[in-house]
Amino acid sequence: MDTSTHQPVQQSVAERLDPHTATTPLGDWVRELCDAPDGGNLLSMTINVIIIIIAICAFSSLTAMVLVWMERKLAGRFQRRLGPTRTGPFGLLQTAADGLKLFLKEGFRPNASDPFTYYLAPLLPLTGAFMVLAVIPFGPSMWIADPELGLIFISAIAGLGVLALLIGSWGSNNKYSLMGGLRAGAQAISYEVSLILCFLLIVLASGETNLLNIVEGQQGNFWNWWIIKLPGAGFIAFIFFIITSTAELNRTPFDTTEAESELTGGFHTEYSGIAFSMFFLAEYVHMFIAAAIGATLFLGGYNAPFEFLPDGWWWLMAKSYAIIFLYIWFRWTFPRLRIDQLMALEWKFLLPLSLINLVFAGILIAMGWIL
Amino acid sequence: MTTPDQHQDTPPQNRPQSRPQNMGAFTPEAQAEDTCTKPSFYAYFIKRPIVGAFSLLTGMGITLKTLCNVTSTVTQEYPENRDTLTMPPAFRGQVIMPHDEEGEHKCTACTLCEKACPNGTISVLPMKNIANKKVLGKYIYRFDQCTLCSLCVEACPFDAIRMGNDFEHATVDKDSLVMVLNEKEGRL
Ligand code: SF4
Ligand code: SF4
Repeated sequence: MDTSTHQPVQQSVAERLDPHTATTPLGDWVRELCDAPDGGNLLSMTINVIIIIIAICAFSSLTAMVLVWMERKLAGRFQRRLGPTRTGPFGLLQTAADGLKLFLKEGFRPNASDPFTYYLAPLLPLTGAFMVLAVIPFGPSMWIADPELGLIFISAIAGLGVLALLIGSWGSNNKYSLMGGLRAGAQAISYEVSLILCFLLIVLASGETNLLNIVEGQQGNFWNWWIIKLPGAGFIAFIFFIITSTAELNRTPFDTTEAESELTGGFHTEYSGIAFSMFFLAEYVHMFIAAAIGATLFLGGYNAPFEFLPDGWWWLMAKSYAIIFLYIWFRWTFPRLRIDQLMALEWKFLLPLSLINLVFAGILIAMGWIL
Repeated sequence: MTTPDQHQDTPPQNRPQSRPQNMGAFTPEAQAEDTCTKPSFYAYFIKRPIVGAFSLLTGMGITLKTLCNVTSTVTQEYPENRDTLTMPPAFRGQVIMPHDEEGEHKCTACTLCEKACPNGTISVLPMKNIANKKVLGKYIYRFDQCTLCSLCVEACPFDAIRMGNDFEHATVDKDSLVMVLNEKEGRL
């Protein structure tokens, strides 16, 4: 297949940095300090890796703080309340106060639980989140790893969060936890299929699995983004991505894993204090990651909507937060699905429709009917 | 009305049916004729998703309208707006006895409220006036026992008592919660 038919014709490619080899000023500075201006030596690499780890940790906790505040504020407004107002201006320090409270709480472990799995589970979700954050291209030179199979890497790592729920629910030896964990497992297995079909559509359209190349393939104006460039199919795939990622995130209307009215908290029933806050934090970091992946694949990643605007991380942030607003909007509008309705939605509707959509997109691409 | 004891010696088939025979699709026959559990292809795969999507979008529209309409907020920031605070009309603070300009209340000491109260909160102590007529002496109201159920207000045939709007009742002295609601004893 002649891939050049659907690759955007870019006149300004020469002026742009090659994102695969671009470096950040901070990294350059460290390398120069260590007397290794090009390539880097062991010392500069160690320092750079430490900087990266600190950056990822800081970014994750900051994102979680901002998102929790945003969710509570928006939830309040959606329900004609004000949301947090007392802690700091506009309640901005609410998450910090909550975090402090959770830190000071007793970490209580039930007697009959299995200590190893019980304490292992809270560590896993954030680990997975960090690994996915490493491959997301935030800007032309703002990425940590650039694997050739980035998208496949993401779909492989995304399952780690559910593994944590399963381990934690099994380890805490509580029937409500176990039910929640099993639901999470069933839900993840089901919705992962549709999610990966959405990924596959992008892979089919752009001929790439490298995330940087996928983003670079959507340069130019906003009609070069895959959501519009694939007429119809792109938009349908985006809607399916939003639905399946909401389910993968275990957010309302798909939050059967922690359904308060049935399972008293689901998988985290037995968790308290810092262990619970790890789950809580990871949930919001995952939300950002899902939104960032959606923005990268469908909305042009860090590309500006118009050619004359400068590209950069701020566009990825704006697009991600727009998708996050959608997630929050869903959560405070829709009632929770029953577990059988959840499965019916995936296996009877989303999966067949995703397959049909994939074939449709394949026909569009093969015929060259692309904007 | 039959009580469960009366069924003891009635054979099961003759017992009165308090619930319908067909409780749902639990038997094969019921399942076969129950069309609710087996919707048609059109109803399940075509009509339901379209109707459902529209109703979801309607819901999202409603929440978005609420989000954008800042004036729809019902939260009152209490300590700050203490001077302008207005309580909703149905709010039940505590039982009060309104008095008119001459300081007269409408209570006739009929003790209906005392009898209506499930907690023994009210004690109506009547007295005789000069005309040897029964009038209200002391209307004792023990706020620490009151559940604010408003049954006394509903029982009063003369509208002599009401539920007030005041809610700042915190106190360190339990005795201060026992109050006399009428301002003066007796009337002519
Ligand atoms: S409100 Fe209820 S509990 Fe209180 S005095 Fe009246 S009847 Fe008694
Ligand atoms: S308050 Fe009303 S019900 Fe109670 S004694 Fe007076 S008139 Fe009767």
